[in-house]
Amino acid sequence: MNRRLIINIAKALMFARWKQTLVAAIGVVFSITMFVTLLSFMNGLNDLLDSLILNRTPHIRLYNEIKPTKNQPINKDIAFKKGHNFIQSVKPNGGRLEIYNNASILKTLQNDSRVLGVAPKIAAQVFYNVGAIDLTGVINGIDVNAENKLFNFSEYVVTGNYIDIKNIPNSIILGKAAAEKMLAEIGDVIQVTTAKGDRMQLKVVGYFQSGLQDIDKVQSYCSISTTQKLLGKTNNYITDLNIKLYHIENAPEIAKEYSKIFNVDAVDIQTANSQFETGNHIRGLISYAVGITLLIVAGFGIYNILNMMIFEKMDSIAILKATGFSGKEVKYVFIVIALSIGIFGGLFGIIFGFSLSYLIDNLPFNTAAIPTITTFPINYDPKFYLIGTSFSIITTYFAGYFPAKKASKVDPVIIIRGK
Amino acid sequence: MNKIVLESRSICKSFHDPITIQVLNEINFSINRGEFVSVIGKSGCGKSTLLYILSTMDTDYEGDLLIDGESMVRKKEIALAKVRNEKIGFVFQFHYLLNEFSVLKNVMLPGLKLGKYSAKEVEYRAMEKLKLLGIEKEALKLPNQLSGGQKQRVAIARALINDPLIIMGDEPTGNLDKKNSQIVFDVFKELAIECNQTLLIVTHDGEFAQKSDRIIEMEDGRIIRQ
Repeated sequence: MNRRLIINIAKALMFARWKQTLVAAIGVVFSITMFVTLLSFMNGLNDLLDSLILNRTPHIRLYNEIKPTKNQPINKDIAFKKGHNFIQSVKPNGGRLEIYNNASILKTLQNDSRVLGVAPKIAAQVFYNVGAIDLTGVINGIDVNAENKLFNFSEYVVTGNYIDIKNIPNSIILGKAAAEKMLAEIGDVIQVTTAKGDRMQLKVVGYFQSGLQDIDKVQSYCSISTTQKLLGKTNNYITDLNIKLYHIENAPEIAKEYSKIFNVDAVDIQTANSQFETGNHIRGLISYAVGITLLIVAGFGIYNILNMMIFEKMDSIAILKATGFSGKEVKYVFIVIALSIGIFGGLFGIIFGFSLSYLIDNLPFNTAAIPTITTFPINYDPKFYLIGTSFSIITTYFAGYFPAKKASKVDPVIIIRGK
Repeated sequence: MNKIVLESRSICKSFHDPITIQVLNEINFSINRGEFVSVIGKSGCGKSTLLYILSTMDTDYEGDLLIDGESMVRKKEIALAKVRNEKIGFVFQFHYLLNEFSVLKNVMLPGLKLGKYSAKEVEYRAMEKLKLLGIEKEALKLPNQLSGGQKQRVAIARALINDPLIIMGDEPTGNLDKKNSQIVFDVFKELAIECNQTLLIVTHDGEFAQKSDRIIEMEDGRIIRQ
């Protein structure tokens, strides 16, 4: 097989009809451009939505659930051990929400090589007192430094300085929506009431905005010590331990392990937020479907143009065959044409796709809900470029294969005698 | 020198569509090396059909065809293409040059396909053939810049590039005026005498045939005189 000769012939045929070739190539360029841009943009959006929730969510959360004990006293009594005990109206006891012995748990976790970091937290149910009205709310007592390191706390504090809740005693960062309801300005003092009826005055030092309105309406942040004081608890009272791992995919396994070792409840991120995974998956599927449709349409364009070219070049094909080119070689000529359209189209497609993505990446995009975002999100995953190119080559190959097969079956006798 | 180049052994062919018509009936003849043979006959007597069978392009026939002592029956398409490339040169009524390539490249194509010589050597040989036919000045032009007679001579040069065992022609002067026909005939004659080239030319130009070494006359799918 004389490869160079076949490529030369293909080149000559292509340039003889360079306008048609160009149109076919532009079809491929356009579809690859759109494919890459669409996937980059779609995945950028996915990442954005993920970060909205997942960045703020611990990979594993350790806490104590209020629930009745599984092992009721009657089951422990030897006299009743043999029978099956029916107990009705079981209630949880006055259960303590705090994690026992949390200081040593914290230490163990910090020494675990799989753990990126641990942020202790106290969740306290409160009422914000606004004149005669009480608004329900949750105050999170946090270790400001750990929270900022693991969950980018400072990015969500839109007004005021996040570190102030640590430095100023009895201070609070209010959810933005809650602050608007209470008409609380920075520097104002608000009053909160705990579930047990204790009251406390807190100074507003900042606003917090997560982008999720429902959260911003209820959540506020204080330092751990302020919250302990608010609840009237000692300084070893902690209700939650939020853990961030190095590898998120290990979370379910490690959660189970910790639950067993520390005798607490543990929930992993995959269980807590499974709907996000599903959403991402579906969005990805849709963008792939659209991209691949574009490519197939371009493939039909190439198919048409090659078919036409073969029809026009019937004489040339016949004479090539008469002078000793086999059907197979004629087929390769047309496959080479199709593949070069695919390769060059794909190449320019990913270049234009990158440019277009870059352009979108720099378009301003301001939304009140997500303060950290200023431009449209784009994900520059090389995977999309790889899929785009390989798919363009595969589509053009098949678009070329069928016309090429037709060309290889041309009977030179019919054409030469037909003149 | 009387080596048989091509032999046809009781070749028969029928068309079956729409009704079965026998177009070739028991064709038996052979051609020796260096012979200049012309096949004549009226339109529809089957001479072109015979030529395409002899050229291996048509494989749908009964009987046996031997080229260079080798049977062409039951050979695969690729093997037949190789035989055509190596052993047969074609000149058709229409020149069938590729307009995308220069005259020189057109002549070189079958040589490049054969791959016996390097591209440089094939180019040199192609120039030699063009010189032989007196058109070396047109080598770098495109085929559509040439006159009809010149195109036909390019086609002959292309047929010669691989030093074929036999040159087959299907009405090679059919589209040419008297002067150009004469030139083409002279070229063939010269090839036959000087290069000892075997030629098999189908024509209905009686004058042309008379000047060749041997005439095979056909009528209704049979050879009536040879």
